[in-house]
Amino acid sequence: MNTSILEEQRKVPRTLSARALSQVKNNGALWAFFLLLLINILITPNFLQIQTLYVNLTQVATVAIVAIGMTLVIASGGIDLSVGALMALAGTIAPMIFLSDFAASSPALGLFLAIVVAISAAGLAGLFNGYLISVYKIQPIIATLILFISGRGIAQVLTNGELQTFDNPSFEFIGTGRIFGIPVQAIITMVLALSIAWVLKRSIYGRFLLAVGGNEKAAELAGVPAKKVKMITYMVCGLLAGIAGLITTAINSASDANQTGQLMELDAISAAIVGGVLLTGGKAPILGAVLGAAIIQLVGYTLLANGVHDAVAMVAKAIIIIVAVYLQQVKGAK
Amino acid sequence: MNILSMVSNLPGMKRKAHSSRQAEGVLVALVVITLFASLRYDAFLSEYNIMTFLAYNSMFILIGLGMCFVIMTGGIDLSVGSVVALSSVVVAKVSEYGIEVALPVGILVGVTTGAINAFVITRLKIVPFIATLAMMLGARGMALVISGNQSVDVSWESNFTQFGLGKMFDFIPWPVVAMLVAFAFCWLLLEKFAFGRHVLAIGGNEEASKLMGLEVNRTLFGVYVLSGALAGLSGVMLASGFGAGQPLEGLGWELSAIAAVVVGGTLLTGGLGSITSTLLGAILLGLIFNILNFENGLGTISFSAYWQSVIRGGFLLVVVIIQAKIMNRKKAHS
Repeated sequence: MNTSILEEQRKVPRTLSARALSQVKNNGALWAFFLLLLINILITPNFLQIQTLYVNLTQVATVAIVAIGMTLVIASGGIDLSVGALMALAGTIAPMIFLSDFAASSPALGLFLAIVVAISAAGLAGLFNGYLISVYKIQPIIATLILFISGRGIAQVLTNGELQTFDNPSFEFIGTGRIFGIPVQAIITMVLALSIAWVLKRSIYGRFLLAVGGNEKAAELAGVPAKKVKMITYMVCGLLAGIAGLITTAINSASDANQTGQLMELDAISAAIVGGVLLTGGKAPILGAVLGAAIIQLVGYTLLANGVHDAVAMVAKAIIIIVAVYLQQVKGAK
Repeated sequence: MNILSMVSNLPGMKRKAHSSRQAEGVLVALVVITLFASLRYDAFLSEYNIMTFLAYNSMFILIGLGMCFVIMTGGIDLSVGSVVALSSVVVAKVSEYGIEVALPVGILVGVTTGAINAFVITRLKIVPFIATLAMMLGARGMALVISGNQSVDVSWESNFTQFGLGKMFDFIPWPVVAMLVAFAFCWLLLEKFAFGRHVLAIGGNEEASKLMGLEVNRTLFGVYVLSGALAGLSGVMLASGFGAGQPLEGLGWELSAIAAVVVGGTLLTGGLGSITSTLLGAILLGLIFNILNFENGLGTISFSAYWQSVIRGGFLLVVVIIQAKIMNRKKAHS
């Protein structure tokens, strides 16, 4: 187990772009992505337009951000079911703060606090997940089930389940704004993806994470602070879910505790898997997760743009997940 | 102490020390809560409340029983909520032919999805979590496709709704009768048939079971088909009790079922478990909602329905922490 981790690391190409390339080459996701693009260019009307790109970028950003966190968690050998609930929580807290009387008197500080407190709350919730999992040794699926059930409940209790609508251009900027014509959330996604991929490659945390995911006992015996690594991982996953929750809220210019992030855990897990993360842990393809999110988004768009029922897209997604995992295993067995 | 000795004489609770202690805990909690509620709310022990409560919760108990078997093998079935929805839609479509046709059709829907799950898990060797996650999407998509994205009215001319709304001997609602039959069936299966022992053996150590010559794949097949069939039956109850096939119902039910199983003391690692305490666990979680309703009825304090999920999550948290402490202490001793 140990030697395989070492080999894995030796095989990792030097530069980030080369690494990204090898990641996608290995799981075939890139080929699938190009195939989808080709199909769309051939059959989807008006596909090659900048508007199409914007629509897809806007829709894919939140899934991609959450999928990055999910990839980290899965790489540590766990799973996080609570991400959708944490999105709702963060998305609910932010407007409560910037709509308050305090924020009315000092809007800039109010907005700053709204964003920081909301994301921190999600991060704290993630830390709570990590604490249950690493200290109490509760299986991740059960530990995160707790916040899956009550996280959204807390958000609903805070707002009494009602929609909070708002008109706050500076906050909505993260959902609807553009920089040099590129949607802001797409930029946020890429910045997060690249910096986390860089941290994984360059920092000791990245090495520890893969070691814990590969073989936790061996890693612990080798002196890796497994508990701390796991807690950080779940916290980061929570933080990312919080960011995604704020973006969703900003796009809608309303926070809806009932709907924000609904079923997001499924999309994020699917994207992470299509992106090439191994369920057995020990591998964290961050850019793969972004690509996985893009593929799933593109499949949905292709079907929708060609007049196929929305529900059929769910069945298609199901088949994609099974095929992706099956191919991964066939390749692994070789 | 009287209660405790009573519990340990209940069927199915003698086998494992851990399981039985947990079952005692669940039963004590159940008795305490029932006592508290019956003293505080006049109508709590009324025939109407008890029967309505049991009829409604029969749906959850059924999928909890199926989930218990799945979890005992060390697996998980995330598809049950969607299968309930799919079954409810399909039986609503055939409801004009009466319950004699609809009931087997609903169960058949569940058997089919369960068989597909089992195929993917045993033949394609994809972990249960992912296989059933895909089915969760696939079955939901199918439900939406078949229903055309809206609820499907059932026929009121045939005897279909008699099943969901009628009572046996004018006393016990039919869903409760069906649930009790299913419970007895599951109990017998686990306690008195080789199948039950195989399930536990596989959960304890799949590799060893295989080496000993157990038909692991066949047993797993049976378990996932059983889980699907019970979800299908639950879908019949849903359509017949609420007068419509509901493609969007059942969201998150799989997680309530898992919670019920865990509260009942069945470990997610497989190898041990109890049908009786799963039943108690499901009832206990259902009671929380029932009591919340009564508390609101008193008018002194008002909890919105949203508190339900917060309290359920908190309850689950307490249970898993206690469980984890017991388990970790045991591990430290051995």
